[in-house]
Amino acid sequence: MSSEDEFGGSYTVRGRDFIDAGLVSSQIKKLLKDRGIPEDVVRKVAVVTFEAEVNIISYAEIGTINFHVDDKAVTIEAMDKGQGIPNIDLALQEGYSTADDTIRDMGFGAGMGLPNIKKFSDDFEIISIVGKGTTLRSVIRIVTK
Amino acid sequence: MTLSQIKEIVQAEIICGHEKLDSVEIHTAFGADLMSDVLAFARSGCLLITGLTTSQTIRTAFALDIAAILVCRGKDPQPQALEIARELKIPLLKTEYIMFETCGILYREGLRGCICEIQAGDKPCVE
Repeated sequence: MSSEDEFGGSYTVRGRDFIDAGLVSSQIKKLLKDRGIPEDVVRKVAVVTFEAEVNIISYAEIGTINFHVDDKAVTIEAMDKGQGIPNIDLALQEGYSTADDTIRDMGFGAGMGLPNIKKFSDDFEIISIVGKGTTLRSVIRIVTK
Repeated sequence: MTLSQIKEIVQAEIICGHEKLDSVEIHTAFGADLMSDVLAFARSGCLLITGLTTSQTIRTAFALDIAAILVCRGKDPQPQALEIARELKIPLLKTEYIMFETCGILYREGLRGCICEIQAGDKPCVE
């Protein structure tokens, strides 16, 4: 892939918009697939963006999911304005959750969101300020066979 | 086995995806109602057995390239879920069996888990 093949996108995600949860993930996946990104990379990006999207919808007022693709990696950034995470170590533990029933009815909210994002990322960073919001960055490397 | 065979085995109703009944071959499955667990552990090409009928079920299947969704416990997918399944071309089946029975019957007939044990490093089930 040459430098002119770099591409990306930006999507707004509204808090409490449960009906459309997963839509951004589906859209990014279609784009990456159409551009010939390897399938295993596309699946990882789809999982990371899906969980990030559910997190924004569940806990924030509004957020943005950006992705950027170059020849080495897909970088995903999810930024939101919302309640923030008081204890990130706790939030990264599998099974720890503060989700309500609406989130659970969608099949989420069992404390697997952030652990899943971390699991599928080659590089993962998260910063959160209580009462302001959360920013996470996930890098998924493209290994060409 | 083909989707057609799966349909016969669990006496399922095809809700959408009739055109893929004989062309899609499935060897593995994953059963869960928690979509975060599906995202974490399911594999592409498997059959998703679930009782969750929301649009997130379909979007989760799409994220992982899951071959088809089999809704158990006689539940009907929500209208928006059906619409998205049609759009994303993911076959959707429905059976009256509970999840335990659905999984047991399909295992007896040759389907295997898409991974065996989590602690075993997500190893695939090999006969």
